Amino acid sequence: MTLTARVIACLDVDAGRVVKGVNFVDVVDAGDPIELASRYGAAGIDELVFLDITASSSERETTLELVRRSADQVFIPVTVGGGIRSIEDIDALLRAGADKVSINTAAIARPELLREAAHRFGSQCIVLSLDARRESDQPSGFGVTTHGGRKSAGLDAVQWAKRAADYGVGEILLNSMDADGTKSGFDLELIQAVRAAVDIPIIASGGAGVAGDFPAAIRAGAQAVLAASIFHFGEVSISEVKDALKHDSIPVRLPTKLVS
Amino acid sequence: MSPTVAVLDYGFGNVRSAVRAAEHVGAQAVLSSDFDTCLNADGLIIPGVGAFAACMQGIGKVRGGSLVDARLVANRPVLGICVGMQIMFAQGIEHGISTDGLAQWPGVVDRLVAPIVPHMGWNSVTPAAESTLFAGVESESFYFVHSYAAQEWVMGDTDAYQRPPRVSWSEYETPFIAAVENGPLSAVQFHPEKSGDAGLTLINNWARTLV
Repeated sequence: MTLTARVIACLDVDAGRVVKGVNFVDVVDAGDPIELASRYGAAGIDELVFLDITASSSERETTLELVRRSADQVFIPVTVGGGIRSIEDIDALLRAGADKVSINTAAIARPELLREAAHRFGSQCIVLSLDARRESDQPSGFGVTTHGGRKSAGLDAVQWAKRAADYGVGEILLNSMDADGTKSGFDLELIQAVRAAVDIPIIASGGAGVAGDFPAAIRAGAQAVLAASIFHFGEVSISEVKDALKHDSIPVRLPTKLVS
Repeated sequence: MSPTVAVLDYGFGNVRSAVRAAEHVGAQAVLSSDFDTCLNADGLIIPGVGAFAACMQGIGKVRGGSLVDARLVANRPVLGICVGMQIMFAQGIEHGISTDGLAQWPGVVDRLVAPIVPHMGWNSVTPAAESTLFAGVESESFYFVHSYAAQEWVMGDTDAYQRPPRVSWSEYETPFIAAVENGPLSAVQFHPEKSGDAGLTLINNWARTLV
């Protein structure tokens, strides 16, 4: 009996529709998050992240409806992130059926939100989403960014991770803004630096290009690995990632096809 | 006849998923905090996430303790999930403070001792011999997310509820109790409603015992 490394797919959702093309064979509606979530579920994904990039807050209800439909049809853990500003936002998402919420910018603006959220809802459902990049003037060499990596938050990424863990978040979604989109592998030094500072699970994100990139992120100290477009475009399959992990003696979940 | 299942609504747990999972296996499921509805359903699911003490407060507000007692006396099945399992034990200890549970079973729920906590993700279980819940999914993994667990089974066979308890174990650095089947009272530390096909099979196994 061993806890397995989790493989997670992230879907960017705008007004209830998946954006950035998704290229599954036979998908009827490539923009339907529920169809895609079901596909990923069948493919053996261990968790899903819906990243809500809806600009207008008036369309928030669309996201809640998406989360409800997802909880109704996909029986695997779902994390929802993007634009979460308040305890009320978190409450609405959890009630709609999200298992976890990831908080990013709002926590930078007001760190106490993390403490309040973990206290109210439990650590297990509060995730800190941390967009980090290399900044030589920060003590750890890594800084926190906002606006998709374009602006510096003026915080040390490792210290911020530690503070969030102290405030009670249950997990860190660690995005390398340097590695993101490069397909040259995860930023292993970033993972190692945050691992050394916190004792909660880390999801490594950003930089995966081939299946062989994933084991190194787990070896560096992550408990889960996340990717988006390489999965969506079919460049790397979930089973290839799990095979690569298994080949590196990292335990993975290989569900049997069950009739239920 | 499909069985009726009530999911106890006391403010904790991903209740929507629990209701849908019960429906998925053919039950007529309802989310309710009404005592009589929850008493009279063929099966009662008690979900729960977060803190033991907070969940016990919520349970108290819906008279959950009396509800569970009344059901078990009448041999009516109850399934606790995650913290809904933990509160069946006598005590929960969080940050050095002890909270009384529903005490259906003796024993203590305490913090996991591991380098990385919460225990979050898919892990396997060693099912008890003759487990009903794990029939057909003995080798599957289930989704766990918790920082606390019952790590010792202290009830003897003689004082068990009606039938000797079947205790299934999992391990995260050290062993902890993953599931208990004890007459009408069953409970699982993981989230079957979030464990894909394996979890739905387990819920189906439980639902088949209801009528």
